[in-house]
Amino acid sequence: MKAARTPRENKQSVKLLVAESGQLQNSAMAQLPEHLRAGDLLVVNDAATLPASLRGRDEHNRPVEIRLASQLNERTWQAVIFGEGDWRTPTEHRPVPPRLKAGEEIIFAQDFNAVVVKESPLSNRLLDLEFNHSGEALWSGIYRYGKPVQYSYMTEELNLWSVQNVYGGRPWAVEMPSAGHALNWSLLLKLREAGIQIATLTHGAGLSATGDEQIDRALPLPERFEVPPTTMATVLRTKAAGNRVIAIGTSVVRALESVLLGLNGFTTLKIGPEHRLQFVDGLLTGTHDVSESHYQLLRAFLPEEELREISLHLEEHNYLTHEFGDACLILTAPDKLNPKVRAFPR
Amino acid sequence: MSELNGKSVLITGGSRGLGKALALQLAAKGAKVAIVARQKAELEEVVAEIKWNGGTAFGIVADVGDKESIYPIAGQAAALAGPVDVLINNASTLGPVPLRLLTDTDCEDFERALQVNTIGAFRLMKAVAGSMMIRQSGLVINISSDAAVEAYPTWGVYGASKAALDHLTRTAAAELGGAGIRVFSVDPGEMATRMHAEAMPDADPSSLQSPETVAEKIVLMIESANRVENGSRLIAANWTETAKEVA
Repeated sequence: MKAARTPRENKQSVKLLVAESGQLQNSAMAQLPEHLRAGDLLVVNDAATLPASLRGRDEHNRPVEIRLASQLNERTWQAVIFGEGDWRTPTEHRPVPPRLKAGEEIIFAQDFNAVVVKESPLSNRLLDLEFNHSGEALWSGIYRYGKPVQYSYMTEELNLWSVQNVYGGRPWAVEMPSAGHALNWSLLLKLREAGIQIATLTHGAGLSATGDEQIDRALPLPERFEVPPTTMATVLRTKAAGNRVIAIGTSVVRALESVLLGLNGFTTLKIGPEHRLQFVDGLLTGTHDVSESHYQLLRAFLPEEELREISLHLEEHNYLTHEFGDACLILTAPDKLNPKVRAFPR
Repeated sequence: MSELNGKSVLITGGSRGLGKALALQLAAKGAKVAIVARQKAELEEVVAEIKWNGGTAFGIVADVGDKESIYPIAGQAAALAGPVDVLINNASTLGPVPLRLLTDTDCEDFERALQVNTIGAFRLMKAVAGSMMIRQSGLVINISSDAAVEAYPTWGVYGASKAALDHLTRTAAAELGGAGIRVFSVDPGEMATRMHAEAMPDADPSSLQSPETVAEKIVLMIESANRVENGSRLIAANWTETAKEVA
């Protein structure tokens, strides 16, 4: 599939492939309400995207880029370090960064720096970094010196406003929860008018690719999530009524399927073909290549043959892929309430 | 306990005058207040005063007239105080003082006034209203002026920027009312502030209201926002407990 190389100005023109009961249908985002039924519930991830890419220098004045992955505590973030060069080089071709040991410093600006606390057993490029600030000063530094994570296939550098969904709130996502990019308020209000419910949760969507084999194989890393009790109640009510719960994006699937562990925290849940979906009956997602970690998650929704058919169809009909690409709506028949879900405290 | 307790409030132009008075009073009601201002030292003083009083406040140094600052403001406010429940667009600029006739006004000065007073307020509303709409709850207050309605000589640029803001307010209310968002503009009246002194250096400050008195009225309005018709242009001087009952 070809990558969408610029943000989409006309969101409603985004193509939509609908996969339901083994049938594939070409449609468009503007027609989304026609594929849903009154009573269905859409759950969105309202995390805003923070400028997670910071350029700095190590103590030997060597240029590095760090990409924040998730906030561990007031001052400390897990982050991936990249060597010199910039986003125009695909991550897997970027030069290897210097190996920084615990206690070494990365300087982003005169009064903004971080010290390596430790490297992860997974890869020496995955670091815990402690900043010299917390609270307002930390966030001010991130927003002043950070830029959104960039993608080598884009024609121009992305601005912070290009990587926000229209309902973004707390900046927990280090990359845009991209399934929402094609939604605008005209469409969302039309959905509500058609009796389709919309609820929200917050999930700190993580880095999509780092070019480090060990890290990329382990994606997604643990991610912070919070499901409001009202959203959970709506999910249970929707399922009990035999209606469908449709996740807008893979991050929503991960958050909702994690609630048996609690309504908030960090989730390590990995969803693949073995996972039996407890809460989610459908998914609006980008068009993913087989090589992506997101594709693993699709295996929880559909058997391999159907996914392969979808891939062929997307290719044949010139759908665009990646962050600003076209979309795919996968709908499964709502399961009878799973026994584990029945046990969920209401 | 006030319904403002625990709410996340974002207020621009919060280091002086009405903005400062609002920030202090909202924090005293238990709101978590994210305050935007251009001058770091002044801003830090307001934040320190609120913390000293036992309140919760966060300072964000930024210029709402700068397009690049909008998502950083919205992001920092939401990161620190939580998803924004109440947005108060209070920051504004008079343009060059002494105020001058329209025919003596540089176009660039008019543009700058629009960038701060109208488009800045619009951009910030756009950046935070979506999060309110998805939660089906939120309040936006745009601070307007008498000059938006009356044609006072030399107040043309400021008045036009505020008249446009009033109309944006009405249209936003018409569009977003169904999504649970309430949008008002408020005419605070003449106050003894630095801005007023710059515009009308000969005015007798003792004849003007204090920003604290006006802020008290606006806080009352916020607390009773659900009973006011969406999109209203409210006049602070007329706002009393009685007005609240009949609104």
